[in-house]
Amino acid sequence: MAEITVISALTGGAIIGAASALLLIKHKRVAVISGIAAGVLPPWKADSSWRLWFLAGLFVSAPLYRLAGFQIPIQIDAPPILLAIAGLLVGYGSRLGGGCTSGHGVCGIARLSMRSIIATLIFMLTAGITVYLVRHVLGA
Amino acid sequence: MAKYIYVFCFGLIFGLGLIIAQMTNPGKVLAFLDITGDWDPSLALVMISALLVLGVPQRLNITPNTSAHEHDQQIVNTPKHLIDANLIIGSSIFGLGWGLSGICPGPAIVGLTSGLSESYVFAGAMFAGFYLFKLLHRER
Repeated sequence: MAEITVISALTGGAIIGAASALLLIKHKRVAVISGIAAGVLPPWKADSSWRLWFLAGLFVSAPLYRLAGFQIPIQIDAPPILLAIAGLLVGYGSRLGGGCTSGHGVCGIARLSMRSIIATLIFMLTAGITVYLVRHVLGA
Repeated sequence: MAKYIYVFCFGLIFGLGLIIAQMTNPGKVLAFLDITGDWDPSLALVMISALLVLGVPQRLNITPNTSAHEHDQQIVNTPKHLIDANLIIGSSIFGLGWGLSGICPGPAIVGLTSGLSESYVFAGAMFAGFYLFKLLHRER
């Protein structure tokens, strides 16, 4: 089995939960990243500027983290054409399904929503099957 | 204005959580999804930790203040027990894309500052997917 990063996983997860909680408590909105990101595309609504501010915060997180002297490991093995297809599927699928990892997987499950629990099980399962097929059947 | 500064900070905190949890490393995400391979269960801890923290505000029963036209807030505007075709098909499509790439919407946005062409390709395609959904489903 691979090396389990217990401390960073628990710490990072707690910070994600805290950020979602703060957005809920202070701004009364749910941290559904797919929806917030899609919400900055036209046609715009009058009250949508908070989404840009949230995304701007997300955007500067990595440069700030690097500025503090830390490394951000990024390992991408998939070829660009596959990434383009995957990106389209992630964008369209998360909107059609009404949420992504943060939306259904964290915010929805925290609300004990059966809808989000089912969605999370489905995308975990299909992602797992995809990885299995790519790595162990097609042998990529 | 002050509320937007808060929202910016919440986005920043959310991004730092993703980075610390290593959700922003596609290789790490795929290792989590590769259950029959060299499995890395770390990201399950990220989700559990986030749920435990966000679960507290939910227990305090803070309800989001959203209007029906805020499509990105459908996590709270849709009945918790509604399991429809869109949820199942959308989540399957999202899972397929996530399994091919190891990238979900939050990390895709954080990746925009990675300097890697792969990150731009994925994020560009993801926004195209968001837009495709708007076109096909005539979102108001």
